[in-house]
Amino acid sequence: MTTTESTDVTAAQGIGTSPVRPDGTMKVRGEFAYSSDLWHEDMLWGATLRSPHPYAHITGIDISAALALPGVYAVLTHTDVPGVNRYGLEHPDQPVLAEDVVRYQGEPVAIVAADHPETARRAVAKIDVGYEVLEPVTDSEAAVAGEGPELHPGGNVVRHVPIRFGEQDVTADVVVTGRYEVGMQDQAFLGPESGLAVPAEDGGVDLFVATQWLHVDQQQIVAALGLPKDKVRLTLGGVGGAFGGREDLSIQVHACLLALHTGKPVKMVYNREESFYGHVHRHPATLYYEHGADRDGRLVYVRARMYLDGGAYASTTGAVSGNAATLGVGPYSVPNVTIDCWGTYSNNPPCGAMRGFGAVQAAFAYESQMDRLARACGLDPVEVRLRNAMSEGTRLPTGQVVDSAAPVDELLTRLRAMPLPADRSGEPDLRHLPGGVSNTTHGEGVVRGVGYAVGIKNICFSEGFDDYSTARVRLEALGGEPAATVQTAACEVGQGLVTILQQIIRTELGVEQVTTLPMDTSIGSAGSSSASRQSYMTGGAVRAAALEVRAALVEHAARILGHDRGDLSVGGGKVVSRTDGVLADLVDVLGDAAFDRTVEWRHRPTESLDPETGQGNAHVQYGFAAHRAVVDVDTELGLLKVVALDCVQDVGKALNPQAVLGQIQGGSAQGLGLAVMEEIQTEGGVIRNPSFTDYLIPTVLDMPPMRIEVLELADPHAPYGLRGVGEPPTISSTPAIVAAIRAATGLALDRVPVRPEHLTGT
Amino acid sequence: MDFLRPTTLDEALAVKAQRPDAVPIAGGTDVMVELNFDHRRPGALLDLTRIGELAEWSSSDGQISLGAGVSYTRLIGELGDVLPGLAMAARTVGSPQIRNRGTVGGNLGAASPAGDTHPVLLATGARVELASVRGRRTLAAEDFYTGVKRNALEPDELITAVHLPIATGGEQFAKIGTRNAMVIAVCSFAIVLRDGHAGAAIGSAAPTPRRVAEAERFLLDELPWDAPAPLADSFKRRFAELVAAAATPIDDVRGSAAYRTHALGVLARRTLTWAWDTYRGSARACA
Ligand SMILES: Cc1cc2nc3c(=O)[nH]c(=O)nc-3n(C[C@H](O)[C@H](O)[C@H](O)COP(=O)(O)OP(=O)(O)OC[C@H]3O[C@@H](n4cnc5c(N)ncnc54)[C@H](O)[C@@H]3O)c2cc1C
Repeated sequence: MTTTESTDVTAAQGIGTSPVRPDGTMKVRGEFAYSSDLWHEDMLWGATLRSPHPYAHITGIDISAALALPGVYAVLTHTDVPGVNRYGLEHPDQPVLAEDVVRYQGEPVAIVAADHPETARRAVAKIDVGYEVLEPVTDSEAAVAGEGPELHPGGNVVRHVPIRFGEQDVTADVVVTGRYEVGMQDQAFLGPESGLAVPAEDGGVDLFVATQWLHVDQQQIVAALGLPKDKVRLTLGGVGGAFGGREDLSIQVHACLLALHTGKPVKMVYNREESFYGHVHRHPATLYYEHGADRDGRLVYVRARMYLDGGAYASTTGAVSGNAATLGVGPYSVPNVTIDCWGTYSNNPPCGAMRGFGAVQAAFAYESQMDRLARACGLDPVEVRLRNAMSEGTRLPTGQVVDSAAPVDELLTRLRAMPLPADRSGEPDLRHLPGGVSNTTHGEGVVRGVGYAVGIKNICFSEGFDDYSTARVRLEALGGEPAATVQTAACEVGQGLVTILQQIIRTELGVEQVTTLPMDTSIGSAGSSSASRQSYMTGGAVRAAALEVRAALVEHAARILGHDRGDLSVGGGKVVSRTDGVLADLVDVLGDAAFDRTVEWRHRPTESLDPETGQGNAHVQYGFAAHRAVVDVDTELGLLKVVALDCVQDVGKALNPQAVLGQIQGGSAQGLGLAVMEEIQTEGGVIRNPSFTDYLIPTVLDMPPMRIEVLELADPHAPYGLRGVGEPPTISSTPAIVAAIRAATGLALDRVPVRPEHLTGT
Repeated sequence: MDFLRPTTLDEALAVKAQRPDAVPIAGGTDVMVELNFDHRRPGALLDLTRIGELAEWSSSDGQISLGAGVSYTRLIGELGDVLPGLAMAARTVGSPQIRNRGTVGGNLGAASPAGDTHPVLLATGARVELASVRGRRTLAAEDFYTGVKRNALEPDELITAVHLPIATGGEQFAKIGTRNAMVIAVCSFAIVLRDGHAGAAIGSAAPTPRRVAEAERFLLDELPWDAPAPLADSFKRRFAELVAAAATPIDDVRGSAAYRTHALGVLARRTLTWAWDTYRGSARACA
């Protein structure tokens, strides 16, 4: 649809304002029902038996003792999966319940339903599984070299993405090389995996679950259950954070299986430890880079090899590898590029989507390289970036020409102009020093460093994926007021989509009262709440549906009021004529009529990458953010205090300025976590720290208040000109902090998270 | 599981004598974690929070008697001036929520090598008071810790109080963690200097919290007590070496053994400087 009627940009609580979230008060007061709060009369509790081994053959499963336990209603194994015992977002390679082999520690082997969660757990402990333990495969580079046993048919490489751009054998005067490592980060969402499956009279099942994409869950569930699509209906439960960790299935099929088997509602909730085994993590990566430049620091070429460890199952490893490769040189204009990126299988925990999705790993490496290049050329780190900054019109290594604002130069210039924090002076407050109130320094050994970084992220789904969202908007008079209703299947995961959708409708229809219906599969897919895409996609779909409603309304008003349709608009609850002013109250014009439109909305199509050269217009939009970090390092103890973490980001249009700031703060904090503390540590495929005692995420004493500048350079191809906000701030935060630590210490620091051991050589 | 809620200490001791399997619970910040993780399934919990006597402190003859059930938040607020070392340790425990619930008695009961109050109790020469229907006894803190998460409590005993001297010189506690709040100690160190006493102890760097006897002796013998002057770097380094040498840390997910040893040396140097500065200040004030 190509409606061009102007929108009412001044609508009360419309776009560009920051109204209170509809779920905000309840969340703050602890009254919001998360999916772990779901409850049903007479429900059973599900529990999962998981493999203790990263790699083993299953020689037998004896469930008799578990079944004999009073209170146990069902104990199911792979033989009870009625459909295809395989699922997966890109390749169906992951069993719902393990058959003859387990490929990671924590892989589900059997499930139990019992009348009490404790009974379910005890029953799980009584299931006797025979394992023949095998030597785990844990090395991505070895997998690419073809070494070791094949974990899946076809070998251990999930995807190889080559990029061949420009000349492949150029040389340069200045060459810097590096090998970088990124540890396995966790999404660390606070609400554990949970849901409730309720068997229905029609032989189907209704599932209430915390997820990121209802329809892709549904698709995988029906395949595993062997049911038609209309027999498995999903409704979004209250989601306590996602960050990519809920894209893959967790309890979905298990809870449905148990509910269908027992004929009773079944609730499943993971505890914190189980949650660490129950969702995918960020791919750990090893990256080899070579940057060639002229003596002025202008890039001549970039060559890179990247190894992303996808763990036991593919999940989204293919797409993550695609991102890492296509965004592998960063937001720079580089004439000649050679990149090979491999996503591999191993017996490590499965890895998949996490905020930043491949761009994070690449950014740590290419930004570290840019700092090295600056040093090699005797340039300031910002200057070397400015000399190579891409801009609108730049041809990326995929051959794609960037056709909207790419203000890398402006982001950096503004960032550099921001005031720096004052030096420490006077009596130190422990809370502002490395170590905090742990009282490790009163200033001794503390050196300050400043670091810059800038990053790039593709927004929305790429590589030819048919990316769309469905929205329904209804307008009618209710209780003497014009009232709109919006329905989508787009998952509110905490990001504030529910607020944005209401704002869009207020802007387009000029009505204040907007009700959001529960998000479920009774309407078409909205795609995933990921790839920073929901404001763009579901926002775009809701806007399109609202515009159709408005067109129909204006048509209707013209008829009733006997006015020329072209002269009419709606706003502020009125029907307005351009020539004669306000003509009527909207509510009167509506009368008994209701306007109800459903729209399936798409962004511009993208192309797949050429499998040999990596060429293609693969991405639809790019987002950019830049960070400056100021870090105080206790050089003797290796402890840190991030004193400032300032950010400039272009968001095209801030639909909700407060939500934009929240995304930038949260994303930056997640990047800080990766820089200095967050890592799932594995040893031979075994997770050593599956708890919040030892998987540390930043506290308020680790994360400084931020200075943030938001640019709004409209993208003409996007609804309202907006640019996805959620991911870019996670990407540049990490390398900026590490650059600051390097500046303070002079150390090379080629691995994140940086640990005290790295800073003290111990 | 029974939940037993005595309101007096005598009642609690009688219950504990009858049901030695009953697990005492004060703030519950360790006990509840163990229950949640299914690390332990006691037949009964013995709730101590209704016993007024355990939640009091008193002072006499330069000593504080700190009830086992006084929360960290109260300890910081009410005793921060007189027990600065213990208060520093208390400030580093968990988050405000944990400090509102957690107690020194619970820290002792858990006897984790990483417990934050232990190095201070050791360095200041605290005594732990235990009671049972058989009577009361007090133990020097160093005799209380017997192994990894093990202590000298008999099955029928409860911890009733900790007795420790009011600070008259310098007291310091410092703890290493890989984030700036809410972190379990990678290693920790406490030092207490007062006339005729030099105490120093390490945490999270050996199977139990431990005094560093040689380093203490070095301080007692070599510090210029009578003419308190700033200390030479070489002096501090010698002290740091003695502290580091007393550690027998392990490599684990929180840190390497080598780092722990290194960090203890740095903490020893720095805290000695700070504690000695305070001691010198108080010595001047008395002169
Ligand atoms: C999120 C979190 C963070 C934490 N951070 C820290 C930290 O930074 N530093 C630290 O040292 N600890 C920390 N802890 C552990 C805990 O808070 C402390 O050990 C605290 O001192 C325990 O006190 P409590 O009163 O809660 O003990 P409880 O859990 O009630 O009891 C602990 C143990 O002591 C026994 N016990 C309690 N009182 C008595 C008594 N009077 N007589 C006999 N036995 C008794 C109990 O049976 C149990 O074995 C943390 C815990 C959590 C959950």
